[in-house]
Amino acid sequence: MLDIKNLQVRAEDKQILNGIDLHVNAGEVHAIMGPNGSGKSTLARVIAGHPEYQVVDGQVQFEGRDLLEMDPDERARQGVFMAFQYPVEIAGVQNQYFLKAALNAKRKHLGQPELDAMEFLQLIKEKARLLDIDQAMLSRAVNEGFSGGEKKRNEIFQMALLEPKLALLDETDSGLDIDALKVVANGVNSLRSPARATIVVTHYQRLLDYIIPDFVHVLSAGRIVKSGGKELAFELEKKGYGWLETGAEPVGA
Amino acid sequence: MAQVAEKLQPWRTVLETRPQGGPRWLQDLRDRGASRFAALGFPTVRDEDWRFTSVAPIASTEFRTAPPAIVTVQELAAVPYATLDFRLVVINGRFSAELSQLIGLPTGVRAGSLGAALTEHADVVPRYFGQLADFNARSFVAMSTAMTTDGAYVYIPDGVVLEQPLEILYLTAGGNAAEMSQARTLIVAGDRSQSRIIETYAALRGGVYFTNGVTEVFAGEGSILDHYKVQQEGLESYHVASIFVNAQRSATFSSHSFSLGGKLVRNDVNATLDGEGAEVTLNGLYLADGDRLVDNHTEIDHARAHCPSHEVYKGILGGKARAVFNGKIIVRQDAQKTNAKQTNRALLLSDDASINTKPQLEIFADDVKCTHGAAIGQLDEDAIFYLRARGLTYFEARDMLIHAFAGEILDRVQVEPLKRALEAELYAQLAKDLAEMDAV
Ligand SMILES: Nc1ncnc2c1ncn2[C@@H]1O[C@H](COP(=O)(O)OP(=O)(O)O)[C@@H](O)[C@H]1O
Ligand SMILES: [Mg+2]
Repeated sequence: MLDIKNLQVRAEDKQILNGIDLHVNAGEVHAIMGPNGSGKSTLARVIAGHPEYQVVDGQVQFEGRDLLEMDPDERARQGVFMAFQYPVEIAGVQNQYFLKAALNAKRKHLGQPELDAMEFLQLIKEKARLLDIDQAMLSRAVNEGFSGGEKKRNEIFQMALLEPKLALLDETDSGLDIDALKVVANGVNSLRSPARATIVVTHYQRLLDYIIPDFVHVLSAGRIVKSGGKELAFELEKKGYGWLETGAEPVGA
Repeated sequence: MAQVAEKLQPWRTVLETRPQGGPRWLQDLRDRGASRFAALGFPTVRDEDWRFTSVAPIASTEFRTAPPAIVTVQELAAVPYATLDFRLVVINGRFSAELSQLIGLPTGVRAGSLGAALTEHADVVPRYFGQLADFNARSFVAMSTAMTTDGAYVYIPDGVVLEQPLEILYLTAGGNAAEMSQARTLIVAGDRSQSRIIETYAALRGGVYFTNGVTEVFAGEGSILDHYKVQQEGLESYHVASIFVNAQRSATFSSHSFSLGGKLVRNDVNATLDGEGAEVTLNGLYLADGDRLVDNHTEIDHARAHCPSHEVYKGILGGKARAVFNGKIIVRQDAQKTNAKQTNRALLLSDDASINTKPQLEIFADDVKCTHGAAIGQLDEDAIFYLRARGLTYFEARDMLIHAFAGEILDRVQVEPLKRALEAELYAQLAKDLAEMDAV
C-alpha cells in the first residue's frame, strides 16, 4: 500500500530525513518509535503533504501511485489520513460543519451522493459514541479551547468518520490518561481490516499495549536504525534509545 | 459668514447657495455650520484624525447638490436590502413619500421626512437636532449642518416597542455631473423603547458622487436599540459619515457597521455612555478591494460609572486596498467600574493590501478594566493545511476560513433578511475578488 524508498527531506536548509525505506502492506500496523527530534513527525507530515518540507530525494508510492505528486487534499481524498500531533484550532468553524465538509469531499471523490442532514447526524452520533465525544464538542469551533485529550479524541473521531485506507497517528497517545488511551485505541482497532493499514508514531510503548503492531521501527537522526516485531517496543521501553544513537548493540540483544 | 478658505474654492458656490429659511433656530444653526466649515476647510493628512486618509479628491471636485430624482418601484426593488416591511426612503437627500412604507407603525411613532419634522415636530426636534453632532472640529459635520434640508426622522415614544425593524434607505440616483447628497438622520428612542433600525446607503445610478452622512441617535433610559449601517455605495463614490450616539442610564445600544462599497469611505461612530449601567456594543465588518480605501474611526466615551462597552471590528482586504482603523476609548474620571473591550482584526488577502491601525486609550479613572487587541495578517497556513489534510481543496479551505472570519460579525445581525442579504452580497463580492486573484 505504502512504499517509501530512500526518502530524504529537508526544511529550511536543514536535512531532517536521511534516506527512509519503509514498506507497509494493507492489513498491517506499523509503529514508528524514536527519540524527540528524530524526524517522526516530519515523516508523517511529508506523507500527508505538508508544504513546508522539500523532498530532496527518494520516492513515496501509495497504491502504486506517486504520492509526492499529489496535493495534500488529493492525498486525503485518496485515503491518506494523518492524526496531527498538534491539531490546529480553527476559530469560527463549527466542528460539525467541518466534519460534514470533509466527509462530503471524500464522498464526492468516490462518486457517492452527499449525505443529507439526517443521515449525517445519524452517522456522527454513532461514531461519537465510539469515541466518547459529547454533543457539545461537535457544536464548538474546531479544536478551539479543547483540552489536549479532547483534541486527540477529535482527531481519531475524524479518522473514524473518514475511514481512511492509510492512517498515520502522530503521538496521538501523548497527553492522554489511561481511560482516554483505551478509548482512542478502541477507535483505531475498530477500523483495522485487511484493506487498511495504520502507522502509529509514538514515543512510548504504552499505546502499543492496546494497538498491537505487526512491525516496530526505530527512527534516529532521520534514519530507520532498527526494525523488528512488537517485542522491539518492550526492549526500547526497558533500555531507552541511548544505545541506538551510539550505534552500539546492547548486550544480550 | 467667515471668509472662505482658499482651498475651499470649488465649494464656494455650494456654500453660497446653501439653504435658507425655516425656523429661526434652524437658520442660526445652519449659519454657524457654514461659518465653521468655511473656517475649517477640509481636513488634510496633517490632521491627526485624517493622517492616512486624504480627502483631496472630494475637496477638489466641484460637486453640486444632487437635484431631485424620480425612482421607480422596480428600481427600488433591485436594491438588495429593500425587503423589509417598514422602510423610509430618501433619494438624493430628499424624503420620498411615494417609495416609503410607514403605515402600520405603532401609535405615537413618527417616521418620515426630517425636513418636515424640523418645522412640524417643533416641541421635540429642536431639543435634539444638532445636539450630538458637534461640528466645532469636524468639517464634514459642519458641512452637513450648513446644508441639510431633509433626511430621515424617527421618533419612538417612551415604552414603545417596534416589533418589526425599520429600514432607512439613502439612495443616490445620480446624473452625469458629480453630485452630492446630505444624508442626515435623527433618531430619538424614548425611555424603555425597543427598536431595530437599519440605515442603508446605495446607488441606483451614478458614477462619481459624494454622500455626506450625519446620524444622531438618542437612546433613552432603559431603551434597547440595535442600529445597523450598511454602506454599499457605488464603487466610484465617496462616502463620509458619522454616527453620534448618546446612551442614557441602562440603555443598551448596539451598532453594526457593514462597509462594502465606495471608493473612499470614512465611517465614524462616536458613542457616549451618558448614564450609569448603559451598555454599548460596536461591531464592524468591512471589505475593500481594488484601490479602494475604507477608514473606520470609533470613539467610545465612558462618561458615567458601571458601563460596559464591547467592540469588534474586522476587515477583509484584497488587491491594493487600504484600510484604517482607529478605536478610541475615553474613560472619564467619574466612570469607575468601566469595562471596555476592543478587538480589531484584519485579513489581508494580497501582499499589496494594507491597514493602519491604532487603539487609543485615554483613561482618567482608576478602577477600570480596559482591554484591546489587534491581529492583522494573512490566512493561517496551518489552518489551511489542516483542512486540506481532511480533503478540502485549497479553495474550499480558504473560503471556509474567510467565511468564518466574517461570520463572527454577521452572526450578530438580529434581522434575518438583512443577515441573508449581507451574506449574499459579501460572499458574492469575495468570490469575485478571489476569482480575480486566482486568475493572475
Ligand atoms: N518545518 C521545519 N523547519 C525546520 N526544522 C524542522 C521543521 N520541522 C521539524 N524540524 C526539525 O527537524 C527535526 C525533527 O523534528 P520532528 O520531525 O518534529 O521530530 P519528532 O517528531 O521525532 O520529535 C527537529 O530537529 C526539528 O526541529
Ligand atoms: Mg513529533
